[in-house]
Amino acid sequence: MSEYYKPLPKPSPTSRPFWEAARRHELTLQRCGACRAFIYYPRDRCPKCFSDKLAWERVSGRGKVYSFTVVRRASSRAFSDAPYVLAIVELAEGPRMTSNIVAAPEDVRVEMPVEVCFDDVTPDHTLVKFKPA
Amino acid sequence: MSLKGKAAAIGIGELKPVKEPGDLTALGLMARVAAEALADAGLEKKDIDGFLVGVPFSDPGMIYPASAAEVLGLNVRMLNQVDIGGASPAGMIWRAAAAIDAGMCKAVLCIVADLNKVGDQRQPVISVQREFEAPYGNIGANCGYAMIARRHMHEYGTTARQMAKVAVDQRTSALKNPLATFNDKALTIDDVLNSRMIVDPLHLYEIVSPVSGGAAIIVASPEVAKRAKNPPIWLLGAGEYANHSTITYAPSITESPIKPAAESAFKMAGLQPKDMDLACPYDCYTITVIVTLEDAGFCKKGDGGPFVMEHDLTYAGDFPCNTHGGQLSFGQPGLAGGMSHVTEAIRQLMGRGGERQVKGAALGYVNGNGGIMSEQASLVLERRS
Repeated sequence: MSEYYKPLPKPSPTSRPFWEAARRHELTLQRCGACRAFIYYPRDRCPKCFSDKLAWERVSGRGKVYSFTVVRRASSRAFSDAPYVLAIVELAEGPRMTSNIVAAPEDVRVEMPVEVCFDDVTPDHTLVKFKPA
Repeated sequence: MSLKGKAAAIGIGELKPVKEPGDLTALGLMARVAAEALADAGLEKKDIDGFLVGVPFSDPGMIYPASAAEVLGLNVRMLNQVDIGGASPAGMIWRAAAAIDAGMCKAVLCIVADLNKVGDQRQPVISVQREFEAPYGNIGANCGYAMIARRHMHEYGTTARQMAKVAVDQRTSALKNPLATFNDKALTIDDVLNSRMIVDPLHLYEIVSPVSGGAAIIVASPEVAKRAKNPPIWLLGAGEYANHSTITYAPSITESPIKPAAESAFKMAGLQPKDMDLACPYDCYTITVIVTLEDAGFCKKGDGGPFVMEHDLTYAGDFPCNTHGGQLSFGQPGLAGGMSHVTEAIRQLMGRGGERQVKGAALGYVNGNGGIMSEQASLVLERRS
């Protein structure tokens, strides 16, 4: 097996629970105890109401493709295996996430329903991706 | 508090960009454009008492303004770096005017220069982008703008041909700009659509090309402007806005923060988009121009595609837009790419457009755009008769 050469997330104390859940193949988001908004990416305070009463919740993993691009030529050599589908996924709970759609590029559409899948790219790192639902 | 008529651009310096930096240095380029701008304004170096600088991507460093000012031999009463991406040059103009209006200084040198040395080893500099974007391959600006274009096509029916028209008309103007990188060959819509697909739906000719270069603008008080060689180009209005850094987390990816920035600028000027004789919207990609024309109020939201088809955007057209060729034809020398829109508006309003002069141009709109439709700085500029 070849070594994984793409950029890997370096969790911060704030984001560590998100990446630890991903390793368990669970999608979790912070939720604001004051305004009830779901939050992505992880913060220290709610970006909407600025409350610090944030708790982690497991979410549905369902969403839709808000927009996407098929990257034919990447800006970084690490992604020389292009083409790949980069997308903004709008989660059922509200927040948008940058991710990849694991599907043939020609099958991806805006507003297409997707569900979460997990890519264990290294023994220590799992990326949160999406596939057609 | 308003900056209307409180300061004017009186001199510019701008280099023809080069693809390969060779022995050039960013500081060396700054010295060249500073000298050019001083000669253009008819000022001496000792007249400069304010300094705003963009930090080059190719030679980054902390505490940059004093270092650059020392290299240039400046003694200044106000100095700072402006770090709002491609909006930095437009943002410098109103910051200079504000410092002048506050009585802090009288003549501000605004300067940017950079070398095309980043290569293809780009990595996000912001930690949250390294953590949540880079692992998925969202690196550089291309992907974000491609996703804006895709969503714009979905929501408003914008077509690839409409986007391509922006590059075509700007190239027609670039043919009359000796400073433009791509000024030797006209383009057709089919040329653009037949160029290589880089990030679907954006083709190679819809994407800005990195080059090396630099530019400078001197902004002065009314008193200094009176003795300048050139007709002063007055700042009538300015507005700035940002509501996201990464496009994924923007409230909308098709409605940009340009709207509040442009509204503030036009309100301060007491003017409307239809009053403008030319527009210089930041154009890192074709879609950027379409979104800017909509959000700045030149057409209805969603009508940017039909608008660019119905109007001739060239210097000789009914809606002169980026008459220097835009960055798409001029090239993008780092932050100096965003200064090319400001220098072009100043040049046209001064009546120095040469073969591409827009006849009778007295009022111009400029927008600077940073990151992925993130930081926005809009200006309304005027030549008084």
